[in-house]
Amino acid sequence: MKVNYIGKISEENLPAIFVPYFLESVHAGFPSPASDYIESPIDLNKHLIKNGAATFLVRAQGQSMVGSGITDQAVLIVDRSIKPSHNSIIVAAIDGEFVCKRLKLKPRMCLMPDNPEYPPIFINHGQELEIVGTVTAAINKF
Amino acid sequence: MAIALVDCESFYASCERVFRPDLKNIPIVVLSNNDGCVIARSTEAKKMGIAMGVPWFKVKDSFLKQKGKVFSSNFTFYGDMSARVMNILEGFVPKVEIYSIDEAFLDLDTLRQNYNLYDFSCHMRILVKQWTGIPVRIGIAPTKTLSKIAINEIKRINVPTYVLQLSNKDQIRYALANTPVHKVWGVGRKLNEHLNKAKINTALDLAEVSPQNIRRKFSVVLERTVRELRGERCLSIEDDVSSKKQIVVSRSFGERVSNLETLKPIVSNFAVRASEKLRKEKQKCSKVSVFVRTSPFNKNKPQHSDLKTISLLTPTNDTRDILTAAKKALVPIFRSGYDYAKAGILLSKFSNEDSKQFSLFKDPNEPKENTEFMKYIDYMNAFETQIYFASQNTKKWSPMKQNMTSPKYTTNWYELPKVN
Repeated sequence: MKVNYIGKISEENLPAIFVPYFLESVHAGFPSPASDYIESPIDLNKHLIKNGAATFLVRAQGQSMVGSGITDQAVLIVDRSIKPSHNSIIVAAIDGEFVCKRLKLKPRMCLMPDNPEYPPIFINHGQELEIVGTVTAAINKF
Repeated sequence: MAIALVDCESFYASCERVFRPDLKNIPIVVLSNNDGCVIARSTEAKKMGIAMGVPWFKVKDSFLKQKGKVFSSNFTFYGDMSARVMNILEGFVPKVEIYSIDEAFLDLDTLRQNYNLYDFSCHMRILVKQWTGIPVRIGIAPTKTLSKIAINEIKRINVPTYVLQLSNKDQIRYALANTPVHKVWGVGRKLNEHLNKAKINTALDLAEVSPQNIRRKFSVVLERTVRELRGERCLSIEDDVSSKKQIVVSRSFGERVSNLETLKPIVSNFAVRASEKLRKEKQKCSKVSVFVRTSPFNKNKPQHSDLKTISLLTPTNDTRDILTAAKKALVPIFRSGYDYAKAGILLSKFSNEDSKQFSLFKDPNEPKENTEFMKYIDYMNAFETQIYFASQNTKKWSPMKQNMTSPKYTTNWYELPKVN
């Protein structure tokens, strides 16, 4: 697997005090040549969450979406403001339960697991389906 | 001129439903601290005749028998959901006054030229519902008091869009004629009795009295209400919340407390919490009051309640100073032989954190007054209390009886909602 280094990650979720990385001491001598290039550390929140007020985190259970890279206990980022389309991974409420599946609008609307061992969920007449939001990312911890 | 009042529908009950799709159409009630009274009801629970504020034990059996669902209050969660709703509203309208956890006034004046306010509000309502799961009602009217009337009308006639605009005279008259005067914003129970005696029974009756007469017979405040009902704007949207004037931390106990040694650490907890709030406001206080009281519902037991205020020579927001003062206030008002049900601390007489005023004489209490040091403690305690003061009760808060609380869905990694 090829890995691209994209930079250093911020300290968990602590928003408060960040010590800039290249802060040099003030005593004497030649100032650090890096001090002009200080940037704020990479912020996972900024990267993963576009609309904070409409974004919720949920925890995935089971293996039905492993094909999409969502393993058991993964944290899913659900943005309720993004309108899902054909093939979006969504969180929906059906029969009083939340499920995470891939939304298929054709040939017939269904909620499709990404694991051949699980059957698709078709919406029957009289059954209510409420789409809660679109899954924009999954965080799997190893 | 137009103001909109956005009002979340049965807010706490609606919050409980957001992550519980199985509770759709099921009656929900939410209880006060210690599970004492009903403080929120879903529409279904209202239809069952559950009154606001009714003691839980009175309705418990019949409510549960009818398959109702009950929750202890989960203010961490409600607070987060409220912040999301307000955040969305602030994205729509430049001037928003957050009036309470579930209500906000919006200044629509700047939008009038370019938007149809009714359509705009419908759109806003749909978006808030989709983004957060919280249903809201929106009342649009020329004044704040009339926007409250509009919200009442939405409830009364079940407006299907949950949005109502009172713009012309006839609409306003019709709404006022259908609103009993006690439902007018600012008219309390006592005032209602007086008004009824003067043959003022509906909001329309009130609006038709001349403001000058109202001022003479009642008060300036009620005169302002009358003017607002007539469409004259007296109350503006206050979007810059001026700093608080006092901070209160108080709780009813889960179990009655009758000895001082049990009460001291509880009051210490209040003092610590209140000091944290004070520092968050960037204020210092120079008055610390403590109060205790027995339960007024326990009629066959001896009753006692008292309050004592300690004045500080030097304003402070150092927890250690406030703890000392709290203890000084508590000890003389405590009396043995009483079953205390509630206690609390009140900080007042604020001054700005940055301004420093030295007293002429040396303060005999030698205040610690170390804001920097306290800030470190606040930082360390930001997510979970790590550092306690020696006099505190480390067993998390006062002994609270709450066992039906929903998870902290949005603020705790271990309590996230689950999906299959």
